[in-house]
Amino acid sequence: MRVFALTQRILRQIVRDKRTMGLLIIAPILVLTMLHLVFNGGDYTPKIGFVDVPTTVVEQMNLEGADVTTYSDEKSAKADLANRMIDGYLTIANNAPAVVLEGSDPGVAGATMKWLQQAMPTGQENGHSPQLEIDYLHGSSDMGTFDYFGPVLLGFFVFFFVFLIAGVSFLRERTTGTLERLLASPLRKWEIVMGYVVGFGIFTMIQSAIIAAYAIYVLGMMMEGAFGYVLLITLLLALTALTLGILLSSFANNELQMMQFIPIIVVPQIFFSGLFNLDTISKWLSWVGPFTPLYYAADALRDIMVRGYGWGAIYMDIFALAGFSLLFISVNILALRKYRKI
Amino acid sequence: MEQPKTCVSIRHVSKSYKKHHVLQDINLDIFEGEIFGLLGPSGAGKTTLVKQLTGLDTPTSGESYVFQTKMPSLKLITSIGYMAQSDALYEDLSAKENLQFFSSLYGLKGEKQTRRIAEVMELVQLSGDLKRLVSNFSGGMKRRLSLAIALLHEPKILILDEPTVGIDPVLRKSIWEAFYKLKQNGTTIIVTTHVMDEAGKCDRLGLIRDGGLIAVGTPDELKEMSNTTTIEEAFLVYGGAKK
Ligand SMILES: Nc1ncnc2c1ncn2[C@@H]1O[C@H](COP(=O)(O)OP(=O)(O)OP(=O)(O)O)[C@@H](O)[C@H]1O
Ligand SMILES: [Mg+2]
Repeated sequence: MRVFALTQRILRQIVRDKRTMGLLIIAPILVLTMLHLVFNGGDYTPKIGFVDVPTTVVEQMNLEGADVTTYSDEKSAKADLANRMIDGYLTIANNAPAVVLEGSDPGVAGATMKWLQQAMPTGQENGHSPQLEIDYLHGSSDMGTFDYFGPVLLGFFVFFFVFLIAGVSFLRERTTGTLERLLASPLRKWEIVMGYVVGFGIFTMIQSAIIAAYAIYVLGMMMEGAFGYVLLITLLLALTALTLGILLSSFANNELQMMQFIPIIVVPQIFFSGLFNLDTISKWLSWVGPFTPLYYAADALRDIMVRGYGWGAIYMDIFALAGFSLLFISVNILALRKYRKI
Repeated sequence: MEQPKTCVSIRHVSKSYKKHHVLQDINLDIFEGEIFGLLGPSGAGKTTLVKQLTGLDTPTSGESYVFQTKMPSLKLITSIGYMAQSDALYEDLSAKENLQFFSSLYGLKGEKQTRRIAEVMELVQLSGDLKRLVSNFSGGMKRRLSLAIALLHEPKILILDEPTVGIDPVLRKSIWEAFYKLKQNGTTIIVTTHVMDEAGKCDRLGLIRDGGLIAVGTPDELKEMSNTTTIEEAFLVYGGAKK
């Protein structure tokens, strides 16, 4: 079968290019490992100065989880703050606590405030308010940022690499004249597109299985749902990346121009993928989200991996991704008319 | 004399890109089993003309027929072997893998495929280089491999766009011997060239200049009609006469 011949050739070319194959598998693994180390490196320990805080107050505070330095006057605390020796200092004037923060890094400022809030004695001196009990519908208290970002990043890597590799190989097919040669053969236009879809589909299955297995079983990324669903979503996402990459490659004259699509097409999708809270995105921009494939893939992956949902929660995303692929496939077949009318 | 059967007919074919007229009202018949040469300077429109016959390009006006079927036609594509002017090969694959890939596009499988690959590689004298990567081939070797690929599926019509560029005289001679053999088996061959001595080997020639077909005939006819002794001179006379 002709589609199979094309598929076989594409797989052969991928396997032959050891370096690119390495990039497709090693690079995501490397980046995920680094993110894991960055995010799961433990909580930040804030450095806090106490300026003349009465001992009665200090005794009632829970001092765990911070480096506390005591100052006798505000001036020296201020100097240390300016030199970034401490992240903030606490003063108590007229029984009212006040905090001054260094404030240039919102993450550090946040951690400092959080610690201060839990450390300050609550309410009346001896009136212990009951401990608030917290339960999680999804996730747990030790679920880290990595677990929440992980599914999105998994999707992003698959999209990014498949988009680039498929786009570049189709571009080469066009610029070296082999595309014309293919169209001088009895190969149908849809067979060309399908050959690419199946060839890269098989490769992506292997690639995403390895990356996902590594993230879940080696790095311990949170995984509540079924592994099969993760593969299904990444495969569908890869197909949209592949078909979009092929489509856009016809607007590029060389590899460098193909790269230029990364900041325009690939990177903006991150903003709508839920890595940042979608509700806080400016109204002017938020309508873009539903037009980006990563939006659906990230949503589905998070439903599967974090919330442990199955088909019922993700089928709409699956339809959306399949819809994108079908749309791009049809446009690709139409675009090939430029080279052969039939 | 028995009238030879028409295999390709080009009727009033014109092609223009925006305002640029590349082909102007070309009319031409090519007969079955002949070697037809298209001769013309660079940029004359040779490649554009033969592409009309492969189905890769369509004329702005006019029609071209291959075996009485209007091109482009998917059914006829299998009867045509096309060798493009620039080598369209997968450099990261070996010669054999290239041949296997293209032959399976034409439905050649198994033993037949192996046999045809051996035959065409023998013909272009590359049998010893089957396993080598195409990226390690010289320019002439790539040219020969492209030719081998065009021959794989035993097409009834061979369209060769400057097939012998970068090929040494000895090898060129043996390739032309192969062309004569194919012709004896009934294959029609259309070659474009701007090498005059090669033009002399064709059964009939079409002279193209600035997108117009200025003369058609056997090499001897062309020389006779223009009162010249070489095709080169004849070409100059026809080219000048047009102005
Ligand atoms: N896609 C295109 N767009 C615009 N002009 C084109 C295109 N393809 C060819 N041409 C023009 O058509 C003319 C004929 O080109 P063609 O490739 O047919 O020449 P040729 O006779 O094959 O030349 P050569 O011997 O150098 O291969 C040239 O002037 C070329 O610039
Ligand atoms: Mg040419």
